[in-house]
Amino acid sequence: MTLLRHLAAAIVAGAVIWAASVQLNAFRDFQIAEIAVYVVAIAGLSVLIGLSGQISLGNGAFMAVGAYAAALLMLHLNWPVWAVFPASAAVTAVAGGVVGLAAARLSGPYLAGATLLLAVALPSLALQFPGVFGGDQGLSLTVTAPASLGATFPVTRWQAWVCSVAALITLVVLANLTRSRVGRNWRAIRDDPVAAALTGLNVARLRVLAFVVSATCAGLAGAMLAYTTTLVSPGSFTLSLSIALLTGAVLGGLGTLAGALWGALVIVLVPTYVTDVATSHGLSSGVAANIPIAAYGVVLVVVMLLFPDGIQGGLRRLAGPLIPANLTRLALPDRHPTAGDQQDGLPSPDRRQPVGEHQEEGTT
Amino acid sequence: MNRSHRTRTLAVAAVAVATLVAAGCGSSGSGGSGATASAPGITKTQILIGSHQPLTGPAAPGYSEIAPASNAYFQYVNAHGGIYGRKIKYTYLDDAYDPSKTASVVRQLVLQDNVYAIFDGLGTPTHLAVVKYLNSSKVPDVFVASGCDCWDNPMTYPETFGWQLDYIREGKILGQYVKQHFAGKKVGYFLQDDEFGMDGAKGLNYELPHSQVVSQQTYVPTNVNIGPAVAALKASGAQVVVSFSIPAFTALLKLAALKIGWNPTFVVSDVGSDPITLAGLLEAFAKKGGATVSGNQLTQGIITDGYLPTLGEAGNSWIALFKKVHDQYDAKAPFDGNVLYGEAVAYTFVQAMLKAGKNPTRADLTKAIAAGLPQGPAVAPYDYSASDHGGMTGAFIGIIKNGVIVQQGPVLTTDTTPTGPVTPYSGTQAPAPSSGMP
Repeated sequence: MTLLRHLAAAIVAGAVIWAASVQLNAFRDFQIAEIAVYVVAIAGLSVLIGLSGQISLGNGAFMAVGAYAAALLMLHLNWPVWAVFPASAAVTAVAGGVVGLAAARLSGPYLAGATLLLAVALPSLALQFPGVFGGDQGLSLTVTAPASLGATFPVTRWQAWVCSVAALITLVVLANLTRSRVGRNWRAIRDDPVAAALTGLNVARLRVLAFVVSATCAGLAGAMLAYTTTLVSPGSFTLSLSIALLTGAVLGGLGTLAGALWGALVIVLVPTYVTDVATSHGLSSGVAANIPIAAYGVVLVVVMLLFPDGIQGGLRRLAGPLIPANLTRLALPDRHPTAGDQQDGLPSPDRRQPVGEHQEEGTT
Repeated sequence: MNRSHRTRTLAVAAVAVATLVAAGCGSSGSGGSGATASAPGITKTQILIGSHQPLTGPAAPGYSEIAPASNAYFQYVNAHGGIYGRKIKYTYLDDAYDPSKTASVVRQLVLQDNVYAIFDGLGTPTHLAVVKYLNSSKVPDVFVASGCDCWDNPMTYPETFGWQLDYIREGKILGQYVKQHFAGKKVGYFLQDDEFGMDGAKGLNYELPHSQVVSQQTYVPTNVNIGPAVAALKASGAQVVVSFSIPAFTALLKLAALKIGWNPTFVVSDVGSDPITLAGLLEAFAKKGGATVSGNQLTQGIITDGYLPTLGEAGNSWIALFKKVHDQYDAKAPFDGNVLYGEAVAYTFVQAMLKAGKNPTRADLTKAIAAGLPQGPAVAPYDYSASDHGGMTGAFIGIIKNGVIVQQGPVLTTDTTPTGPVTPYSGTQAPAPSSGMP
């Protein structure tokens, strides 16, 4: 039943995106594709942090793995996109497994440090092996829409469609996974690893699995990014990308898939929108260039002050009294009846709240 | 279950609608309509062009001055009648030197803002992210701000034109000077590990005897620890170091050599040798390390090359023109090599637009450039033709003295082939028009 429900939701969302892509101009189509890329990457990271309680500053590097895998498959083997995406995700899953094995023994700042290393070091491999990875210039791809759509069909619309389909499939899979036994086990090891181990859960294995899932999402997002921007080069996968993903996940609401959408919207749309406003008001270029960065910071500060659980948490709180609880739990894992919404945002310090407050929300 | 199903579905649909609304904001704006529009981006009163520039991020220091300087010259042109009455509007967006962002902002410029052309897109890795896209969309891609000879490929990239002296020619010109003036001395290379450094080395090797080059060291711009590379150069016994480096790494190279008490002759490519930028960086870096140095003293004697008139030549009509425009429209920026670059490339664009005709299509612009452009502010002629989209063909050798580059000898021209000779340019550069308009 859960699967059917999610599938139905995905089909509705897909129809809406399709309608939007036809209505909007070609650049907005490109942005839809970009949003889809970030939704997948952030959702993967959000599941890792929000559900399994681990942190990764290296998901930008996993995106690089996926992007290079996709580029090499498309350039040398001419694989079609429907085969490239899963294959790139699988390659990154292997990389994620290797890192996850090491990472399962680390936690907190040590894990952050280890994954940070990954973000810094991995993209520079491309510079070490310019023959394979094209060095600083990267690998350039050609993406065309299928001929059957007509010669004048905008390629950005095609990219929007492909990426949206990939993103929706990913979200359905993640939504089901987080509601399954695996998801419940992740929450168990997140909340209390010792208790979880005592009940017979293999904590290390579950942590590695979460890492693999997160890396797989990042790899798929990397392949989608390669397909959208048609270039894969080390300059695209700097540490700031990993940080941006983390920011997006926290902004949107950790552990929630809808939050991944909010985070992606902020990352993709805020800079463009603010730049438009800044330049149209004739600010000097030195100021205008830095305004998107400042705006990003302001959004981050305001959201964290008003909604410590991220945008999705805030919306749930605002909408809580107005609509049935099951609606506000959109794309959230099923929880124990007494569990409050706060519990899904892992790092929130008030995880152990008085039971009474939980019950209030649970009975709404 | 049924009710929950419906509400969830509705909720997802609501989120998707929110996406669409957010994405739709401001999507109505599209320029370039009206009876006189001969091409996208051209209206009765305006020509809209766009660019991607590193206004923030690691490449911003120095390079972020270029686009405002170009814009200053366009404002000057607009104030003096514009291009057949149309004013140039120059929209340059920040890509932070990140190719993914370049891909995004250039699509914004082309698909949403409907620019007539992309002008002076900065950087090799960044511009490579969009060169195929621009050519398949038939958008003129003129005067890329990078000396990679990859832009000179009219068969694959008919819309793309380089501008500045390419690194292979530059390497040949510097190589010939080293061969003539430092015969028998040991030479070491210090190269940025990408197209810039490798093309430079290619040109150098066309001129320098193989036996003379004793060491070749590289750096990546993300790693400032160049101590080992500099130590290896010293250990090789190199007496002359030829460096294809960006300004920050030229400064690091000089300081690292100073630290180990090594004082070879430095020969630095134009990109990394602007004395004002260098002096500032040297003083800033030394201060970070707890030392005080005089930037101008440290740059003294660096050998370099230049493809635009030198800033020190106050009597030069081009420098006078660009200084005047700078003081009027861009006074807050220092009048340095980056500003000169930005104004000079803008001048070349205005030349091309005037040549493209009163109501130009996009193809008229590329045709006009391919038919050749007058020399303008460049010290050597352009080689634009149907089969050559490279740009400048020569430069002079200069030595930094008291913070300014002093020209040594004649302007030298060459080609990008291994055997093409480096020869003095026999023509003379025409002075800047007194109106300041091409």
